[in-house]
Amino acid sequence: MSFSNAVAIVGVGETDYSRASGRTELALSLQAIRAALDDAGIEPREVDGLMKWWVDTSTEAEVAANLGIPDLAWWGEVNQAGNVGAPLVAHAAAAIHAGLANVVVIYRGVNGRSGRRYGRGDVTGQGGRGVGAFTEPHGLLTPQHGLAMVARRRMHDTGIASRHFGMQAVAQRRHANRNPRATFYGRTLSLEEHQASRLIVDPFHLFDCCLETDGGGALVLASADRARELGKPLVLIRAAAQSGPGVGSPAVRGAKRLFDMAGIGRGDVDVIQIYDHFGPFVLFALEDYGFVDDAAPLVEEGGTDFDSGRLPVNTSGGHLSEAYLQGINHLIEATRQVRGESTAQVRDVRFSFCDTGIGTGSVILERGES
Amino acid sequence: MSGWRFERPPNLPLPRPTEEAQPFFNALKERRLVVQCCSNCGALQHPPRAMCGSCQSMTFHWEEMSGKGCVYSYVVTHQAVHPALAGHTPLATVEVELAEGPRITSNLVDVPPEAVKIGMAVEVVFERVVAGVVLALFRHSGAADSAISN
Repeated sequence: MSFSNAVAIVGVGETDYSRASGRTELALSLQAIRAALDDAGIEPREVDGLMKWWVDTSTEAEVAANLGIPDLAWWGEVNQAGNVGAPLVAHAAAAIHAGLANVVVIYRGVNGRSGRRYGRGDVTGQGGRGVGAFTEPHGLLTPQHGLAMVARRRMHDTGIASRHFGMQAVAQRRHANRNPRATFYGRTLSLEEHQASRLIVDPFHLFDCCLETDGGGALVLASADRARELGKPLVLIRAAAQSGPGVGSPAVRGAKRLFDMAGIGRGDVDVIQIYDHFGPFVLFALEDYGFVDDAAPLVEEGGTDFDSGRLPVNTSGGHLSEAYLQGINHLIEATRQVRGESTAQVRDVRFSFCDTGIGTGSVILERGES
Repeated sequence: MSGWRFERPPNLPLPRPTEEAQPFFNALKERRLVVQCCSNCGALQHPPRAMCGSCQSMTFHWEEMSGKGCVYSYVVTHQAVHPALAGHTPLATVEVELAEGPRITSNLVDVPPEAVKIGMAVEVVFERVVAGVVLALFRHSGAADSAISN
């Protein structure tokens, strides 16, 4: 029996986003968790489950002690890098549905700019060890290197071009310009500026690359029954899916599981968030998840803008223009869209889709009747 | 294009392979490009693993490759996003699809970064980078042989 619509996201919260937080990563997580619990109207003593990114430095035990949780009944992590947000939602929902926990908090707190920087390979570099023995001696040293290799081949195969990546970056910047939390709230971006921006790792221009951010985010999950008692707009988890190594694109395989569980079609989705460590992957994901056959004409027509009436994508600004919080900001925004609380609100949202890592995991949220 | 010669950034990491991968690097020292081959079903896999993903055998041998292939994809690093790249950009890194199928990461010794193209025919050359470490690099197979320092 699936947990579809039996579990809800009842609270979301984040810290300020900056380049130098002046706080520990633990402090960022705790601040975000406090905000999310306040948003939910739930006391810390009611929390009995904790989940974190495997790479997060704040252990569940430390967080539980700091929050004063009297009885931590369940905790866990999903191994990989930044791309595990939706998988964590899937695990937490399954645990709540199975009766292993009642209120689960998912958190991510990271000094991604002032501390260890993903963009420099500080976290993912292997020093020539493991499979890095085959790649790092030739100059593939950071996440953008391997992903630029994938993007270059995809451009060759499909004809999608850098200007299309720029159109998506511009759409997301427009969304960030409406979002006071966003790093690029006050800075506009034109397609010309995108195309003229320096190459980092060709084919990625500067504005194809995500920000590096200090900050924290948190989600609170509970049963749909508990959610109805809280008096907030009801955000149900209609479906969630994970997709790991295998044959072909993880997004293609994960999408089948996700939409089978949801029992809806791509055309039913009202708003989309997609993990954008590198902007080109937003367009690749739109194709792989089956939203469009070819993303190029969609962005040429401005179809990913929040007010386009087509397929609004990354309505908070995303990793490119809001903050790089490894997908938790995408999950927060997907939730706000269902509640009607986004700064780039899409009209009449019922189904809100969120990918948190080039296919690794995805969720569909649904507006419920309170 | 003639006269351009790849200079490997000296501070790039050196391979520190796992036990399963060590024979690949041992063979490079003998100027041979080899790929792990399942002794049960004949599947090639690269990078090498402990188990064959096709038949789950754990018995392997090493098959010598022709060294010929073509550029499957490439990137050009323009910003020194890692300290080892400082002063060494632009740097092109290629993924070569070998004639036998496996893809390996490498650099082109005789093609400047701005001239790299997907589909370019290439062939292996072996370059000693420090004592005891040889890497498989590639040259444009249509080009005149350049002076390769082994």
